Amino acid sequence: MSQVEIGSNGTPKIGVYVCHCGINISQKVEISETVEFAKKLPYVTVAREYKFMCSDPGQELIQQDIREGLVDRVVVASCSPLMHEHTFRGAMAAGGGNPFLFQMANIREHVSWVTVDKKAATKKAKALIAAAVERIALHQPLERVQVPVHPDVLVVGGGIAGIHAALTLADSGKKVYLVEREPTIGGHMAKFDKTFPTLDCSACILTPKMSAVGAHPNITLWTYSEVIKVDGYVGNFKVQVKRKPRYVDEEKCVGCLECIKACIFKEGKFRNEFDEGLSKRKPIYIPFPQATPLVAVIDPETCIQFKTGKCKKSCAEVCAPEAIDFEQTEKIKEIEVGAIVLATGFKTFDAARVSRYGYGKYPNVYTSLEVERLVNAAGPTGGEVLLHNGEKPKAVGIIHCVGSRDVNTNPYCSRVCCMYSLKLAHLLQERTGAEIYDFYIDMRTPGKGYEEFYERVSHEKIHFIRGRVGEVTDWAMEPEEVGKLVMRAEDTLMGAVRRVPVDMVVLSVGLEPQKDVEEVRRIFNIGCSYEGWFLERHPKLAPVSTFTDGVFLAGACQGPKDIPDSVAQAGAAASEAMAIVDRGYVELEPNTAFIVEDLCSGCKTCVSICPFSAISFDEEKKVAVVNGALCKGCGTCVAACPSGALQQNLFTDEEIFHEIKGVVSYV
Amino acid sequence: MKYLYYPGCSSESTGKPYEESMLSVFKALEIPIEELEDWNCCGATTYMAINELKAFALCARNFALAERQVEGEEEINLVAPCAACYLGLNKAQHYLGEFPEIRTKICEGLHAAGLESTGRVRVRHPLDVLVNDIGLEKIASSVTKPLEGFRVACYYGCQIVRPYAEFDDQHRPTTMDRLMESLGAEVIDWPIKTRCCGGSLTGTVQECGLRLSAMILNEAKNRGCNVIATACPLCQFNLECYQSQMKRQYRYEFKMPVAFFTQLIGVAFGISKRKLGLQRLFLPLPDVSKVAVCPLPSPSETKASVGGSNVPS
Repeated sequence: MSQVEIGSNGTPKIGVYVCHCGINISQKVEISETVEFAKKLPYVTVAREYKFMCSDPGQELIQQDIREGLVDRVVVASCSPLMHEHTFRGAMAAGGGNPFLFQMANIREHVSWVTVDKKAATKKAKALIAAAVERIALHQPLERVQVPVHPDVLVVGGGIAGIHAALTLADSGKKVYLVEREPTIGGHMAKFDKTFPTLDCSACILTPKMSAVGAHPNITLWTYSEVIKVDGYVGNFKVQVKRKPRYVDEEKCVGCLECIKACIFKEGKFRNEFDEGLSKRKPIYIPFPQATPLVAVIDPETCIQFKTGKCKKSCAEVCAPEAIDFEQTEKIKEIEVGAIVLATGFKTFDAARVSRYGYGKYPNVYTSLEVERLVNAAGPTGGEVLLHNGEKPKAVGIIHCVGSRDVNTNPYCSRVCCMYSLKLAHLLQERTGAEIYDFYIDMRTPGKGYEEFYERVSHEKIHFIRGRVGEVTDWAMEPEEVGKLVMRAEDTLMGAVRRVPVDMVVLSVGLEPQKDVEEVRRIFNIGCSYEGWFLERHPKLAPVSTFTDGVFLAGACQGPKDIPDSVAQAGAAASEAMAIVDRGYVELEPNTAFIVEDLCSGCKTCVSICPFSAISFDEEKKVAVVNGALCKGCGTCVAACPSGALQQNLFTDEEIFHEIKGVVSYV
Repeated sequence: MKYLYYPGCSSESTGKPYEESMLSVFKALEIPIEELEDWNCCGATTYMAINELKAFALCARNFALAERQVEGEEEINLVAPCAACYLGLNKAQHYLGEFPEIRTKICEGLHAAGLESTGRVRVRHPLDVLVNDIGLEKIASSVTKPLEGFRVACYYGCQIVRPYAEFDDQHRPTTMDRLMESLGAEVIDWPIKTRCCGGSLTGTVQECGLRLSAMILNEAKNRGCNVIATACPLCQFNLECYQSQMKRQYRYEFKMPVAFFTQLIGVAFGISKRKLGLQRLFLPLPDVSKVAVCPLPSPSETKASVGGSNVPS
């Protein structure tokens, strides 16, 4: 069945190089014994050992042997291919060999790090080396294909991370599409009043960047839009964006607000999403005064015209530029980009899930995001902290870790809550003069100027109580508790249970992945962590890359993050995207599938199951055809092909059978 | 669907009216239920605290008996009205399912006695069965004497919602509240419906147990209720039977009737007092036909009286 035979490119001359990796491998694997073993394997002409094969002298060993004609195929027994396959393939090429006549035997992660017994480790190392030798004898020289890269970049999500990434790219001369789901960019940061630890005004530092996005000649801003489909591969993504109808023509609207004044609803009547429901909006609205673009949007769920068709349409009547268009429909835009930056952000934890804190039951229990709106000068109360009955609270309790560090909700720390709770404690104290009780488990303030901020706030007559609050009730046991919310907690420093009566409770809710993370993950073909955060390629060394080449991550979609970290990551993602675009081409790995036409029966099984739509059907020849540029080498078609017509470079049946033979035959 | 009834020891003694009223209500609603034959102790808190494995073995024997009694059904609903039985059995079923080493040991033991437990048994509380299987609509349609004038504080206790919140919220459950409303009763909203009643502390460290029960009674009283509905024999016993002692201790008389929720359903269904075991209550249910209904106290009138300094949290 196989077309590959040993010796079809001359008798193989295999070199085996065993790495000590310092003592990482050598303390568990008898290196010299392994080398002696390797020397006796078929077609092995050279077997050597070295302390660090990945070092320059290590690589030179290989290159010299190639140059001297001693070897033409190389097995390095060292670490994981994820770590250094790239390095050694490069060394092969530099020495004049073909980089795909190379195989790694992973005797570190798969052997020395996970095996207790030295004998067993040595035995397993030998088996893995034999497997690599057996398989590499069959390897064929392969070439990487170069394809040109589309120079434009797509940024998904218009929060601070997406904004920063888009501006960085646009400033370098790249054409950027910024797609945002909501009617305006700005994200969560636009809702905040002050930012920790410097207490500078969130709007003052954010809105200049928002308007820069709106005005940038290199940025195409599509708000109220969502990416619905991504095809293609790194350098050549084909993206479909759904532009939801906002029923107001973005080109014509000047943001004069006349339509909103003229709406037949004299007062706002519907939940204002931007104010977290603390105020009401009309069916036609602009989320907030600095919205970008400053264009009204009509909510068809609440607009009388959409519901009954019988509105007098006073909004349209007063609109001088005639921007209001009830007939507007959804539009699908198709674009091509070379790289994608995902900055889709987070959602806050639903506080009602922790029923014992009474959110949704007691009106004076607020989430931290609601309080952000309350303390915001542009918020529903003009920055005055007022309870639902219009009174100022005299005592406020803040509960940390609501939906964080809790096995019943989310086990992880949301990273930002301690700092924003301190900020809110400070702001609430400043605005109301109330007694503030801050219930924390551990105060986590690592960051530049963060601990100093904690120190500062701790001198502001704020009562810090170490303990997770057990419950918030209206259960009065003492006369002074009547009519109050009573917080019960174990003060773990005092060693006693305390009851603290307050007027207002602030729940410092944690950060969670967006609700539709699974769908988005599929669209962009990337992975998620267990909790639903987008998975980076490597937690330390590739924190903004994903396992899909050309798709990068920025901000809290990758994990809870504060503003400085989100912006830093956005800059990193932008420059990684730029690196791809600026190079102008990408090299595609040749580990792709290919068809043996004589064997193909034309059943089309492979066409339907290919996750990358890389297989088409040639109706004339009645055989399947693999597009090498689209194939990602996943092997799905190879496994599914009933007649064995699909084979994959570097993973032919013969190569795998020989690998198995190598494992079982020699030790 | 047929239900199997696991009475537990309390239904033979202090919890007798719970059994009487539950079976009467099931009968009135034509819910088929039969007693588990040859059942044994659930192990309750005592065994569980000293030797978990033995406690699981006791429970598993009951599961095995149930599987023997009901053949051919994929799922057997074992109704355990006592909250301690409900929790103990539930815990055992969870552990048998989650820990293979426990399951293996228990199964070996059962096997020696010619029994087998395959996990077909689902432990149910009658509150769950009535509201979620039978439905409030059917219950409401069986009401002949709506509980007008009853101001009920629904007291769930801790064991039917924690740690296994099988059918309601762990801290603020509403199943019983909705049930009582469907009977025409007025339901008092209160935040301590799942707080500990003192459990067996009333028999061991009485000072402590009594205080916990008194706090619950006090809050119910403050909120203007005229009867507490319970779903656990021990809660009912603690809250009802020690009121005279509390009077001596705290110089305050609650005079608060404490009934099983099934008794209240029975009253609304018009079932006779004896069939509901009402004569066994120390404090009779409020005779609402004679009592003029006074308005609820407003929050500002609410006194934190007895609770106060005498009853610390």
